[in-house]
Amino acid sequence: MLKISLSRLEELFAAIAEKQTLYIPSDRADGAAEFTKWEPGKALTQKLNTLRSAKDFFFPQTENIVDFKMEGKNIQVIDQRSEHEDFVIFGVRPCDARSFTILDKVFLSEPVDSFYKNRRDHGTVVTMACSRPAETCFCGTFGIDATEPEGDAACWSDGEDLFIKANNDKGQAFIDSISSLLEEGDTAKLDQVKAKTKEILSRLPLANLSTAAFGGDTLNEHFNSEKWAELSESCLGCGTCTFVCPTCQCYDIKDFNTGNGIKRFRCWDSCMYSDFTKMAHGNPRTSQLERFRQRFMHKLVYFPANNNGEFGCVGCGRCLSKCPISMNIVKVMKALEVK
Amino acid sequence: MQEAMIKRAKELLADGSVKRVIGWKRGEFAYDITPAVFESAEELDKDFVFDDFTSANVSKYLVKESKKEGKVLVFLKPCDTYSLNQLTKEHRVDRDNIYVIGIPGGPKLDIEKIKAKGITGILSVKNDNYTLKIDTLYGEETMPFSEAILDKCASCKSKKHVTYDELIGEDGDVLDSDRFDMVEKLENMTAQERYDFWREQLSKCIRCNACRNVCPACTCEKCVFDNPNSGVENKAASDSFEENMFHIIRAFHVAGRCTDCGECSRVCPQNIPLHLLNRKFIKDINSLYGEYQAGADTTSRAPLTDYTADDCEASIVHERGAE
Amino acid sequence: MNNDTLIPHVGVVTDIRIDTPDVKTFRVVSPEGGKVFEHMPGQCAMLSIPGVGEAMFSITSSPTNKEFMEFSIKKCGCLTEWLHAMEVGQQITIRGPYGNAFPVDTELKGKDLLFIAGGIGLAPLRSVINYVRDKRGEYGDVQIVYGSRSKDDLVDYKEIIDEWMADPGVEVDLTIDNPQEGWDGHVGFVPNYVKELKPSTNKTVLVCGPPIMIKFTLAGLKELGFTETQVYTTMELRMKCGVGKCGRCNIGNKYVCKDGPVFRFDQLDALPDEY
Repeated sequence: MLKISLSRLEELFAAIAEKQTLYIPSDRADGAAEFTKWEPGKALTQKLNTLRSAKDFFFPQTENIVDFKMEGKNIQVIDQRSEHEDFVIFGVRPCDARSFTILDKVFLSEPVDSFYKNRRDHGTVVTMACSRPAETCFCGTFGIDATEPEGDAACWSDGEDLFIKANNDKGQAFIDSISSLLEEGDTAKLDQVKAKTKEILSRLPLANLSTAAFGGDTLNEHFNSEKWAELSESCLGCGTCTFVCPTCQCYDIKDFNTGNGIKRFRCWDSCMYSDFTKMAHGNPRTSQLERFRQRFMHKLVYFPANNNGEFGCVGCGRCLSKCPISMNIVKVMKALEVK
Repeated sequence: MQEAMIKRAKELLADGSVKRVIGWKRGEFAYDITPAVFESAEELDKDFVFDDFTSANVSKYLVKESKKEGKVLVFLKPCDTYSLNQLTKEHRVDRDNIYVIGIPGGPKLDIEKIKAKGITGILSVKNDNYTLKIDTLYGEETMPFSEAILDKCASCKSKKHVTYDELIGEDGDVLDSDRFDMVEKLENMTAQERYDFWREQLSKCIRCNACRNVCPACTCEKCVFDNPNSGVENKAASDSFEENMFHIIRAFHVAGRCTDCGECSRVCPQNIPLHLLNRKFIKDINSLYGEYQAGADTTSRAPLTDYTADDCEASIVHERGAE
Repeated sequence: MNNDTLIPHVGVVTDIRIDTPDVKTFRVVSPEGGKVFEHMPGQCAMLSIPGVGEAMFSITSSPTNKEFMEFSIKKCGCLTEWLHAMEVGQQITIRGPYGNAFPVDTELKGKDLLFIAGGIGLAPLRSVINYVRDKRGEYGDVQIVYGSRSKDDLVDYKEIIDEWMADPGVEVDLTIDNPQEGWDGHVGFVPNYVKELKPSTNKTVLVCGPPIMIKFTLAGLKELGFTETQVYTTMELRMKCGVGKCGRCNIGNKYVCKDGPVFRFDQLDALPDEY
């Protein structure tokens, strides 16, 4: 497999950044990792994953979708779209890489969302295999192998070298663009690292978490479960889980009057919010129980019902770490799977 | 302590004094504690937990729970009792329907501080005479307890329970805390430095509303930021300054009512030190109107909602701004 | 770059009809003239006044009308208040069509049809009624039971009297909730009136109105011997995108904007009771 010494990462990043914008996960001042634009001297984080997911690259928290000019009774629609610049996201973890496949099912199904597709077409996802999974990790539950990441191109580290392999044409083009820095390397040590990681993955506290009790055909059973009341009773109704989640993709559309025209934005929304389904004449989900249930039913039942059994979760564990009251999909699954 | 609490809760449930118990429920790991309502001895035995990670202030749940039929037992740490008093003062809870057992406070631990040391794969955390012994997937780790203390506990203002019906353990005193040190540091910055500090912090905000929703002082039936007719209900940021305004407006709204419980910063997924905004207000109120601690009692008149002839003039803003 | 469904077209309001004290019908054409897009009866469109809001409305006119689209809109929120304050010539934005349609070319073909509507619930059915009237030979008998709070609240009253009632193959049964001077027709709630009328159970039913009316009407129809597979309705939930992506108009795994708004009652029954 092709490789480059980890000591030459800076050189590698510089070579990538010369051709297109490069984003890498790096540590910010408060210690948390987040994807930022690479510039000389910016180092790859040692942390397992970024605090926020990588979905922003394709589905940003806020984006301007269209502008309007209002003149008397007339309206002019101003299409603000333009081709996105090419960019590379380096160091995406296997869970987050899978989240793009899930988001694709929503945004690239007919009618295709041009805003998402524009970014997707111009972005190259370079993934990084995991070697130190955390106790909150459960990607295996959703069939993700943390040692064999998806994405356009995949990387592994054996502690000395970074190995890289293309998963598709886009990934191959990426590797070709940096091939002068790469050399053939022996993967014996890497194979050991992978074996060790697999052994740890098998010992994770959530290694046995199963989706067997969920899926599209379990709708009525789970929807009508009495357990939602207890599960949701201390939910604050905030949007933390939604906003750190790599697969949550519900959105709102809002207009702002700039004084010189109207800007229409699309932004992340949360089904946990009280106004999510509120209409002028009523609201089908007036309690936090109903809103809480919606989020988990969507991931565990509705999404697989509409997408050939694929679940709307990748087991990244962000909601496990970040929920202010530590209620999360794992606790929900464990409660609901007991008949 | 946990055993004594469970025992007492069971007694009060059994003799019918209370119908429900608000406490903390153990999770999947050593640290992922969920506030919960317990209704039976079995539930208490199975899941009730009180340890170094039970930091959540459960007083806000009383807004909902105290209005239900039957008395509710709540375990409150000293800091949490200030929140309950403030809620009582604002008529947001039915104090007569609440039975408070005061329990010792922290310091509690912050799992994020343990993880920040690079410790991962955490299977258990034990406090061995103020050294944390952490069993992980990658072997045992140790670190001093003092380095993993939650920020809100590190600057604890009081070990005294300001309201309770009974105590388990002893009551403490109001402490001479160093909680305004960081505020002073910010005050001593130049305006530009201070602006840069807050811009950097607040620009991390993802508008998840966790700070607002956990805040015991934020109990409006309908928040202005959730009201489409208010003109400020914005999930989308129309400019990069908007999330800053959200926090500043919220700090104004809870000024004089915030007890400095520190929950806002504890729950912030982006590690924004939001409590510093509130502490600035508390510090200013103390210096402009005399020492005042929100939640210390249920009867006194709050400086910002009370008029006295000695109140500072509005020009104080101008005078201070010139400094 | 390809067109994106979220980027709307401009429409011009060329006529505004006052139907009731709180319902107006707006005629919309493209600035170049003609319809902004084609649709099928039961489909919806997103109308917007930029800066005010955007919301989903059923298209009230029949697709057989080749000149314009119409929307009967009740004033009940921020956007609709603005729409009601508009004058002729005002431009709005419009995108669509969204959702499925009543199965006019399949399951309804050749059938005797019973339309049951309450209040503004007539709006989505009017599209089907006029479609069927324009293709009269392709359907059996048409019966329309329509009720409102008062005579003044009957939407499209003039069209009902002048056109529908004058149409030989159409039976129209009107009712209002309470007696009123100048009204010698039926008085009473729609569900009860349907039971009194005892329509033949070989009819296929299309019902729309307030949730409470739909609930009791369905119960009444069952008493008369109708089955859920004979009855269609059209739903309304909060929508932002119109294409099943923004994630808020779902009932179970079905999105009202995409999989609906038209559902048969046996289909609705299989979904959670959350609407």
